[in-house]
Order: sequence, then structure tokens, then C-alpha cells
Amino acid sequence: MWTTPGKLRSKGIIGMNRRNIRYIGRYNSRKLYPLVDDKLKTKLLCHEHGITTPALIGTVITQFEVKHVTKILQGHPGFVIKPAKGSGGKGILVIEHVDGSAYIKPSGAHLGREDIERHVSNILSGLYSLGGSPDVAVIESLINFDDTLTQYTYEGVPDIRVIVFQGYPVMAMMRLSTAASDGKANLHQGAVGVGLDIATGTALRGVQFDRPRHDHPDTGHELASLRIPGWGTLLELAASCYEMTGLGYLGTDMVLDRDHGPMLLELNARPGLAIQMANGEGLRPRLDLIEQQPEGVDAASRVAFARQHFARRAELISSADPAPA
Amino acid sequence: MSRLPFYFLVGFLLIAGIALSVHRHVAFEVPWTPGEQRQVWEVEAQVNFTALGDPVMVNLALPSTQQGYRVLTENTASSGYGLAFLEDQGSRQAQWSIRDAAGPQQLYYSVQLLVAPQAVDREAEPPPLPREIAWERPFDTAASQVIERAQQRSADAVTFARELIRDFTGDRQGENARLLLTQFERTPLLVRLLNEADVRAREVSGLALDDGRRRQSLQSWLQVFSDDGSAVLFNPVTGEQGKPDNLLLWEDRGGAVLEVQGGTNSRVSFSMIQHNQPASTAVRNQLAEDTLINFSIHSLPLEEQALFQTILLIPIGALVVVFLRVLVGLKTSGTFMPVLIALALIQTTLLTGLIGFLLVVTVGLIIRSYLSHLNLLLVARVSAVIITVIAIISVFSVMSYRFGLNAGLTITFFPMIILAWTIERMSILWEEEGPKEVLIQGGGSLLTAVLAYLAMNNPWVRHITFNFLGVQLILMALILLLGNYTGYRLLELKRFKPVTED
Ligand SMILES: Nc1ncnc2c1ncn2[C@@H]1O[C@H](COP(=O)(O)OP(=O)(O)O)[C@@H](O)[C@H]1O
Ligand SMILES: [Mg+2]
Repeated sequence: MWTTPGKLRSKGIIGMNRRNIRYIGRYNSRKLYPLVDDKLKTKLLCHEHGITTPALIGTVITQFEVKHVTKILQGHPGFVIKPAKGSGGKGILVIEHVDGSAYIKPSGAHLGREDIERHVSNILSGLYSLGGSPDVAVIESLINFDDTLTQYTYEGVPDIRVIVFQGYPVMAMMRLSTAASDGKANLHQGAVGVGLDIATGTALRGVQFDRPRHDHPDTGHELASLRIPGWGTLLELAASCYEMTGLGYLGTDMVLDRDHGPMLLELNARPGLAIQMANGEGLRPRLDLIEQQPEGVDAASRVAFARQHFARRAELISSADPAPA
Repeated sequence: MSRLPFYFLVGFLLIAGIALSVHRHVAFEVPWTPGEQRQVWEVEAQVNFTALGDPVMVNLALPSTQQGYRVLTENTASSGYGLAFLEDQGSRQAQWSIRDAAGPQQLYYSVQLLVAPQAVDREAEPPPLPREIAWERPFDTAASQVIERAQQRSADAVTFARELIRDFTGDRQGENARLLLTQFERTPLLVRLLNEADVRAREVSGLALDDGRRRQSLQSWLQVFSDDGSAVLFNPVTGEQGKPDNLLLWEDRGGAVLEVQGGTNSRVSFSMIQHNQPASTAVRNQLAEDTLINFSIHSLPLEEQALFQTILLIPIGALVVVFLRVLVGLKTSGTFMPVLIALALIQTTLLTGLIGFLLVVTVGLIIRSYLSHLNLLLVARVSAVIITVIAIISVFSVMSYRFGLNAGLTITFFPMIILAWTIERMSILWEEEGPKEVLIQGGGSLLTAVLAYLAMNNPWVRHITFNFLGVQLILMALILLLGNYTGYRLLELKRFKPVTED
């Protein structure tokens, strides 16, 4: 039922308190939060820095515009409506395709025009944002995720979370949506987390609701064979978010689009700790190592460094070359 | 960034807090526990005299804090008289005055004295020796013989005084002593003789405290100063040395106890009762002296004191919340909402409060789920929930009153806006994350509130926070330390368990 602090420490697990004080408090300047807490701002920032994100279809800012939302949506086969200041998958409505006047969710549920309008109105009134402050609805195009991933996910786009510490990708996991998580890949809503080897992008182990898991609960597909295509580019994309935001301890959510490759979905200034469970390993040794590295190294070298040092022991033997200084 | 200044600050707060508290405990005898009983004497002095129809001025010596007793409060009753408290070189007096008065007059002064073993005497100046003492014959020879006899059998001022008094008591009373007593009052005589032998001494007035006694009068006592300047008290009749425990020195500067101008037949008599008080009340009654270090809530009017009693408890609630969140990892809805609920629970008592809270929130959630179908804007919706809460509370109050459950009326102590926000948050949580998360966070909040309530309602905690302001600094230091804790939370030991099982 319980473990001891000693065991957790020897595994290098960091707890909430340490994350908040030692990493978020020290490396994330508060004035940078708005950049990542507002998905619209993040999107515009990414655009400036040439980082690809799902295409923006439009925004709804006032209740007055709610009546015209279907006009914005016209001609888009699939789209996602989300609150700009939402978090944890709250208030995200994924519409896979439109059939006449019916909007169809990944689960197959049909929504009418009024349902869409009510959802947008709720977003604007702050139902899903922190502290209930008024918000903006962001509408972006649906991601067509890479075919290789189809068997690993259920009714939703899997996303890849990479923790980037001072520009170094330190740990990664893939989050697979399940029936429980309703087409969204947020772990506490029941998505499955699969730890990924930083060196190769292959699966390490899986967890759901903080407990180990070897297969997908809905598709039944085993998780061990999971392998992310284009892993190197994805890591470099994640690493470059450090320069873009200036946040030292960052959670990047990425997706693999069939046509456009790796894309940045959103950034997180307070990434969760479940990634340690998915990797079966604590963040502490990796963060300690990065803290000793000099600053001003470019993204490509940082990725190379991480891939070499954070490879899991088994893989390390095959790619054994001397560590760079 | 160095942590040194931080630990310095925490250390400073801790030391200052502890020092302030210990100071209050030692210097003001504020006990560490509320249950301790303290003996309190209530002594009333009644001044009687016949006024002659002229301006009247009455001076009455007043007791001060002294070895064994601490003055708490004092009151006077004297219709028509002007009153002033005079203080002169450590001796205190009440001065009553009136333009014209005739016939029998009565003035009252009463004082509450705390029996305080640690209380100490004020500095006493030895009186100066009179320049010359004149004796008439044949008393001069008698006096010098008595003095010589005592001197032979003594080593210093105190032993001399003891031997001298012994000569005037009981069967040891010599011929010379008897002769002198025919001419002089006993105590002034002893003072005279002591002074003659170059020993500083004076007559002081004491009151023997005896529960329930009325119409008592003061007795004179002999205060003798030893060669090093310290004062020793002697019973002039028995020769006993030292101050009895039940003796209150009413006037200890050798002055007059009562002086009346414009009146005759003046007399002061005393009545006294003893009762036990909880130590905290005794402390509350303590006179507030206006020094900074004695900065005390007790100097405020009673009503503000009651308010402060609650305010000073909030940091305790905050500490409980910080503790449960940082060390245990409990989830609550709204950071300090549990403290507010705990404050309300203090007014309502635990069980009625919990039942009332759950009733209001449940009914509120049901009504709120209907409101969510109406597609309202957030502000309007929360306002509607507030009105709903008020309606529920009114209905419950009226119903419980009708059924004779007066306890139900206390439900109005719950802060309505907080209740409304709780309902709003819970209902969003319900829609978003399902009933399980509502139970987790709602349960966490209630558990935190109950623990905070238990801590804040603990008599000892109430006593300590109210009487020792230094404790606030200690609480501050503890909260700062907790805010700096990077270790694991208790619940994380469970959450992360699977990682350690390989
Ligand atoms: N454009 C999109 N296309 C398809 N699915 C999406 C899209 N945007 C978000 N999602 C789904 O919703 C989940 C949460 O989205 P995200 O933008 O990370 O918001 P949050 O801050 O709430 O986590 C993603 O993991 C993904 O499964
Ligand atoms: Mg996300």
C-alpha cells in the first residue's frame, strides 16, 4: 500500500513539493506564465518562431459572435474547440467530421448546432478556465494523427509529452486516449501513459490511473512495440521551445500529424509528475545532470546530449561512445 | 541564491516568538494552560467620616503589587466626589474631593489581588534617620538601657531589632520596656529606639487576609532595614520575623493610610473575600500597562477582544491547511475555504455545522444542476446560486425553529458567498470530472475543515494564541519552514509505490 521516502529517493522520484520549489519556482519566471497559460498566445508565439501548430480556424471572443460560430466552421471537415486558458483537457470539444447539420465526435455522438453554440458560450463565460475568469474560444483544425499509431489509441489523438529542462529534453511519454478519457489524452481523465526512451522513442512501460498497464484497455493492443517515427525532429522541436518561451522547466505536448509531421499542441509551465510513473524512473538524476551543464548550447547539441545520456541502460550498450564534456 | 537569509529570518522569528511568550509567562504570570485556577482576593476598603459642611479632601493610601500579590483591577464608588489616583515615589493614593458635604460620608475602594508567588516587591528606599531624638526623663535612661541590652546580644541591625522587640514581648518584658510602653505607642516606640541606635526602620500598615472577614482594620508592622539596605518585616507584638503569607501590606512607605480634611471621626475598615478564577480570566483582568513589550490584546475593550480571539486563531487554521497540503497532500476545493468553514463550525458546533453544511451544499448542487441548463453567464449564475443559498438557509432556519431545533438557527453563521462558490466549484467538478472527484475534493475540504476546527476550538490553543502574541511569530516561522519543504508528501508514498516495485 505504501512505500518509504528512502525508496522513492533512491529511485530519484521528485514529489510535488520539490517540483514546485526547486524547479518551477526557480526556473520558471512568473511573468512568462501568460505565454503558456493562454493557448492563443502560445499559438501566435509559435507562429513567430516557425514552430508548427495545428492551423487556427478562428477565435470567438464575445457572446455576440457565438451565433455566427457555425459560419466560421463552414468548410472544415474536422475541428477542435478549446478554451484558451483551459487545462487538463477541460472544455475541449473534438469534432471528427461534419455530416450535413450534425457534428460528430470521435465517439460517434452527434451534436447539433445549438450544442456547439452552448459549448462556446460556456467557454466564454469562464466555465473551464482557472478561477472562472472570462475566456476566449479557440477553434483549430483537427489533427490527422499518424497511421502507425492507430492501434494504440481509442477515439482520440495521442499526444507526446516531453519535459524540457533548461532546453534539454529530459523525459518523454506518449499519452493514448481511451474510452474513459473521451478522446482527450489527459492522464487523470484516464488516458494511458507510455514512457518513451529519450534515445530512440520506443516504449518503456505503460500506466493508467497511476497503475502499470501492458496493453491498451480498449483496443487491447500491447504497448511494448510502440515506436515514434521522426523522433529526432520531435525532440528538437520540443527543445527549441526553451528559447521560444524562456521557461526553464517546461512540459511540451506534441502530436504527430500524418501530413505535417510533429506539431506543438500546447505548453505547460507546471507539468505533472506522472511521467515518472510511465518511465518507471525518477526525474531527479536527469535534472541534476542538466543543472551541471553549461548554458548557451544550441538545441541540436542539447538533444544529442540528452539522447546519449538518458538512453535506458539496455540501449546504452549498443550506442556506447564516450560522453562529450 | 543563498538560503542563509531565509533561515536567518526563520530563526529570528522563532527566537523572538519564544522569547516574547516566555517573557509574558514569567513577567505577567500568564499560565501555559487555561485550566489553571488562580486565587483572587477581593478587598474592599470603606472610608467613613462626618463631613463638616466645608470642602472635603480625602487621601487613602492604596496597595501596590508586592511579594505574593499582584494588583489586577481596582474600582471606587463615591457619588458626587471627584477622584484622582496619585502616584508619588512608588506610593499610590486615591484622592477624593468635593466642594461641600455635610453629615456622615462613605467612600468605597475595592481591589482585586491575584495570589502570585512570583510577584516581587518594588524597590524600597530606606527612610532617612531623624537628626535628633529627644527623650524626656526618666525615659532616656530606660531607652538607653534597653538599647544597650539588645546591642550586647546582637550582631547587626536585624538581630538587634529582633532582640529589642523580644524585650517588649510576653514574659521577657523587662521593667524598662514596661515603663516606656506607658508613655509611647508600641510600634512608634520601637521605630524610635531603632533609630536611636542608628538602625533605619519605619512603621507600615498591613492587612491580614482571611476569607469572608468584614470590618477589619489595618495592623501596624515594623519594617527594619538591614545594613545592606534590604527590608525585613517584624511583627511588633510577637517579634516574629518575616512577612506571613496572608499579609497584604496596604501602605509600605511609612506614610499615613487615611487623611481627611474637612471631616471628623474618619475611619477606614476592610472586608475581603477570596475566590478562585480560571487563570485566563485572572490574566484578562490584569491592568494593562502601556509598554510596548506588554503589547496585549487585553488592553482592548471586551468586544474587540472577542473579535481578536477569533482573528488570532486563523493562523492556526492556515497552519493546518498548509500542513495537510504540503506534508499530507490532501486535495481541497479552494485553498483556504476549509478555514472559513472551520470558523463557521466554531459558531455552530461541529455536528449541527456539518449537517447544515452538507444539507445546504447538496440542495445547492441540485438547484445548480438545473441552473446549468439555462445557459447563464458565469456572474449571473454564481449570483443566482448565492440567492439560492440564502433561500435554503432561510428555509432551514425557519423549519428548524418550528421544530424546536434552535441549533439549526446557527446555520446562518456560514459565509454565504463562500457556500455559493463551493457549490459552483463542486458542480463544475461534477460535470467535468465526475462525482468521484467531487467526493475526493469535497471530502478533503471537509476533513481539512474539521481538523482545522478541532485545532482552533481546542481550549489550550485558544488560550495560547490569545494570551501569547509571540506564538504568531512562531506560527509564521513554521509556515515559512513548511513552505520550503521539498520532501515527499504522505500521499505520494502511496501514489508512487508502483515505481518502486520492479
Ligand atoms: N487540434 C486537435 N486535434 C485533435 N485532438 C486534439 C486537438 N487539440 C487537442 N486535442 C486533444 O485534446 C487533448 C488536450 O489538448 P491540449 O491542447 O493539450 O489541452 P489541455 O491543456 O487541456 O491539456 C490532447 O491531448 C488531444 O488528445
Ligand atoms: Mg495538454
